[in-house]
Order: sequence, then C-alpha cells, then structure tokens
Amino acid sequence: MSEPVIRVRGLRTKLGGKEIHKDLDLEVERGEILGVVGGSGTGKSVLMRTILGLIRPREGEVEVLGKKVDPLDRDTMLTLERRWGVLFQDGALFSSLTVSENVQVPMHEHLDLPPALAEELALLKIRLAGLKAEDGRKYPSELSGGMRKRAALARALALDPDIVFLDEPTAGLDPVGAAQFDELLQNLSRNLGFTVFLITHDLDTLYAVTDRIAVLADKKVLVTAPIAELERHEHPWIHEYFHGPRGRAAKASAMIDEST
Amino acid sequence: MAAKTQVNVTMEGETARVSLAGAWTIAAAAELDGQLRRLALPKARRATLDLSGIEALDTAGAWLIRQAAKTLADGGLTVALAGADRRASALLETVGAVDQVTHEPSKEPPGVVELLARLGFGTAFVVREARSYLGFMGLTLETAVSVALRPSRFRFTSFVFHLEAVGLNALPIVGLISFLIGVVMAYQGATQLRLFGAEIFVVDLVAISVLREIGILLTAIVVAGRSGSAFTAQIGTMKLREEVDAMRTLGLDPVEVLVLPRLTALVVALPILCFFSDIMGLIGGAMMAWADLDISPTAFVTRVQDRISITHFWVGMIKAPVFAAMIGLVGCYQGLKVKGDSGSVGRLTTRSVVQSIFLVIVADAVFSIFFNLIGV
Repeated sequence: MSEPVIRVRGLRTKLGGKEIHKDLDLEVERGEILGVVGGSGTGKSVLMRTILGLIRPREGEVEVLGKKVDPLDRDTMLTLERRWGVLFQDGALFSSLTVSENVQVPMHEHLDLPPALAEELALLKIRLAGLKAEDGRKYPSELSGGMRKRAALARALALDPDIVFLDEPTAGLDPVGAAQFDELLQNLSRNLGFTVFLITHDLDTLYAVTDRIAVLADKKVLVTAPIAELERHEHPWIHEYFHGPRGRAAKASAMIDEST
Repeated sequence: MAAKTQVNVTMEGETARVSLAGAWTIAAAAELDGQLRRLALPKARRATLDLSGIEALDTAGAWLIRQAAKTLADGGLTVALAGADRRASALLETVGAVDQVTHEPSKEPPGVVELLARLGFGTAFVVREARSYLGFMGLTLETAVSVALRPSRFRFTSFVFHLEAVGLNALPIVGLISFLIGVVMAYQGATQLRLFGAEIFVVDLVAISVLREIGILLTAIVVAGRSGSAFTAQIGTMKLREEVDAMRTLGLDPVEVLVLPRLTALVVALPILCFFSDIMGLIGGAMMAWADLDISPTAFVTRVQDRISITHFWVGMIKAPVFAAMIGLVGCYQGLKVKGDSGSVGRLTTRSVVQSIFLVIVADAVFSIFFNLIGV
C-alpha cells in the first residue's frame, strides 16, 4: 500500500479554551473517498481546517502528501495549496467576482496562463461541475444554493488537485440535486483520480460514494472503516446513526440503486 | 513526471502521426496550447493523435487534446485518437461530455453607448429611489398613525433600547466635537475681529452660529454616521437572515417592529443631543474667549443673555426632529432594501450615510431660505 496522502498523528486542538480533539489519528489513502461523520460540534470542520493549516494544533502533527503542514512555512504551504482544492460549507465564493473569475483565481495565483486559455479552462471546469457556460458570467449572488455549491466545486477543481476537501457539499440541496452531486463527485474522482476528504451528514452520500468512513466522537477518530463494517459497530452513536430510520432508508435506497 | 511536454509530427503517406509526450497537465497548459496552435499539417488528409507517450494527464490536458482534434477536423482532416489508456479515455470522455457547447464571447457595447446607458440607468435609479422613498415615508406615517391610535402596540422596550444607543451613548462624541468646534470658532473669530478692535463680538459670532447652524448640523452628521448606518446594518442583516420574512409570517409588521421604535428614538434623541451640543459649543467658545481675549465666563453669559435672541436657539432646535426623521427613514429604508449577499449590507450602509448627510444639508439650506423669507 502506498503512502497515505493525509496522515494526522496525536492531534490535540483547543479553541476558545475548549478541547476539541485529543490524541486524534487519521490516515487517508491515495485515491479513496473518505467520509467524515460525527455529531454536531465534534469538530469535523475544525479537523478539516487543521489539516488545511488554517488552525494550528496544540500538539501532534499533520502531514499532507508527505509534507508537514505548518502555516508558518510559506513555501511548503504554497506547494500544498497548489495541490489541494477546498469547498467550504457555504461555497465561500468571492462575491465581487463572477463565477468564471472565481475559478480563475487559483490559476492566476499559481500559474502563468494566457487570459484566453484561463477563461476557456475555467469554462471547462464550470461545465464539468454541471453548470452552463453562461453561468460563468454570473455573480455568486445571482446563483441558487445548489449552483453555488457547483461553482465552488469548479473552483476547488481549478488546478486538478490531488486532494479535494468538501465540507457538507450536499447540505441544503434537494435530493435530486444531491444525488447528481454525488454522481458528479464519484465520476470526477474516478476519472481525475483525486482523493476526497468529505464531511457530510448525508447518509445517502455516504452509501453512494464513500470508500471508507471516519467517525469522530469523544474528541478522536473512533473508527475508520468501510460502511459495511460500521453498520456492525457497537458504539451507541454509530449504531444509532446507521440503524436509525434515516440510516435504514438510505441503505435501502442504496441497495435498490445497486440492483438496477 | 517532469518530462518535457511535446508535440511531434511524423508523416506516413497522407496520414500525419502526431505523437504527444510528457506531462499534459495544467501547469504546462500555456506551453502546450502554443505548440498545438503552431501545429499545421498542410499535406495530410488523415491525422492520428498518439497519446501513448503521455505520462500525466489532467482535465486541462484532455481539453487541449480535444481542442486540437477539433481544429484538425475543422481543417478537413479525418482525426483518430490512438494509444489512450483506460484512464486517459475516461478523462477525454468526461471532458468531451461537457464540451459540446461552444462558448461565444460576450459582445461589449462601445464606450459611448455604455456611458449613455449608465447615465440612463443612473437617472432612472434616482427617480425610482425618490418614488420609493415617498412610498416608504407614507407607509411609516400610516403605521405611526395606527400605532398612535392603539398605543399598546408601540414597542416601548425597543424604543428605550434605541434611545440609549442613539442618544445616551452618543453624548460623549457629540459633546467633544461641539466643544472643539466652539474653541476653533472663537479662536478664528478672535484673530480676525481683533483687527477691528471688536473682540467682544466673538461672543455673538460663536453664539449665533452654534445655536442656529453648527450645533444641529454637527449633531445630525455625527448621528447619521453613527446611528443611521447602524440602522441599515442591523435591519439589513436581519433581512439577509430572513428574520424580516419570519416576522411577516408571524403576523408582525416590520415597519411597526423595526422602523417605528428606531425612528421615534431618533426623533426624541436628536433634539436632546442638539441641545447638549449647543451648550458644549458655547462652553468651548467661552473657554477660548476667556483664555485668548480675557472675556470672563460671566461676561460671556451676560452678553449672550443680553444680545442673543432666544429665536436663534429655536431656529436650530426646530430642525432637529426633521433631520432625525430623515436620518431614521433613510437608515431603515436602506436596511430593508438589502438582499442577496452580505456585500449589499456594506454597500447600502455606505449609501445610507451618504444620502442622509446629503438630505440633511439640503434640508438645512431649505430651512435657511425659509427663515430668511419669514424674517427670523
């Protein structure tokens, strides 16, 4: 098995005097789609922000693509930023730029592309993310929630990253839109070969796309395993999560999908 | 991985074999795009794009390959792809699936037309804005009357809260600014009037200008910047978070709940602030007159009482509630106009301050003409 693309060891984070993580370990393998689940307030987004170097851990270390994440080491961070794409919870598109300009921001920041080519490539990403070419000229405020997520995905994919971090990409989307997003994500990750770190509450998404799932509880990653194994896990929260009415419904629909 | 990216052409009869090699990724996209653009196959009837030499491929590379194939096909050649591994074919297919529509660049109208269009938009905007201001004023007035008929509906707690925010909390800044302006006027007046030996008229100068104009104008401008903007930001944020819509669905009238308490608080607070500003301005002037011209505070007060008619005070005071209503209306109106993203809160807050200061000064000019005509 090759080197894990993300390796977190003995992580301890504290925010506002409150301990969020303690002795947290996590490994993400190359090419997999890792789902991250956990109750509200268990620090899923904090974990993502720590891996991205936006929050400095109190203890422990984070390695991405074999490099130690350290917000103070500008050179390393630059190479890493070039190789990961992030979709924040609410899209976090720059409101003063059009969608197409948003997608071009990382291109201009990290590469020296002629404007016409950057524009064309941005349009390609926008269409890959399932938007229409003319949406590229719109401003984020003119888009619906689902379109904003797609535009944000287009920006995350702008540089064909090795790792894509997604923070609740299907939250707030209608089931049809969410299912399309799942399919899009799976297609892209298979065809473009990137690794996905996916925070989600959406059980349908977990069943549809993830290879493994990491469960955050009690300030650490309780277990990382494929969904079939998690269903048999005895931890009360995990059990409730997968065997509650929503879990059963999601599983049933996943089975139907597979048999058709 | 970092092999040199390249495009090589070998001719086999009428078939051109275009071998692509190296890393076809976005990092090399500029270079590859240039090479492909220079690619010319004048003698070929068929072209085969050989991808077997490609070591790394991403969507940018795949898109470039498809573009090249399309350009060649448009030139009348039969194009075939060869040597693509499974991953490359999948990638080409993914890119191809979304690449059907060709993108037409938007046509920019010429500069003059653009300029005229913007002028037109601007004019129409001003007219629309003025009309909806009038509408909003009417709506507020109507609500005010209906609340006045049923006073139990007046939000007293909210009123007191805003009274503290716009009135009490503004005292230090209004007081300090007025005091300093009083000092400056007395000093500047003294320097000039001393040339004529008319130092004592500094008292008249300071008293009349502070009471009639400076006190109220300064207060109104500070309040517009402090409270008008706060109104816009508060209501605007509530609008963004759909709190205003939630109110409507719960049967609460946003004008009654949000606008009226703020407006009445401002209408009550501004005259008080104005009075305070008048006093502080006079004290500032008196201090400077004492320090610079040896006019004792007692002499200053006596002269103000003897020489300055109380009308000057009322001329200033009567403007206060009018200015307050303007600032409050503009602040709340702009807040209710917020929609879309959080950027519009900032934009409309700025607009709220600019418009309320502008309206205050225009109204002040109108008041001056009016008082001049009736001879006060």
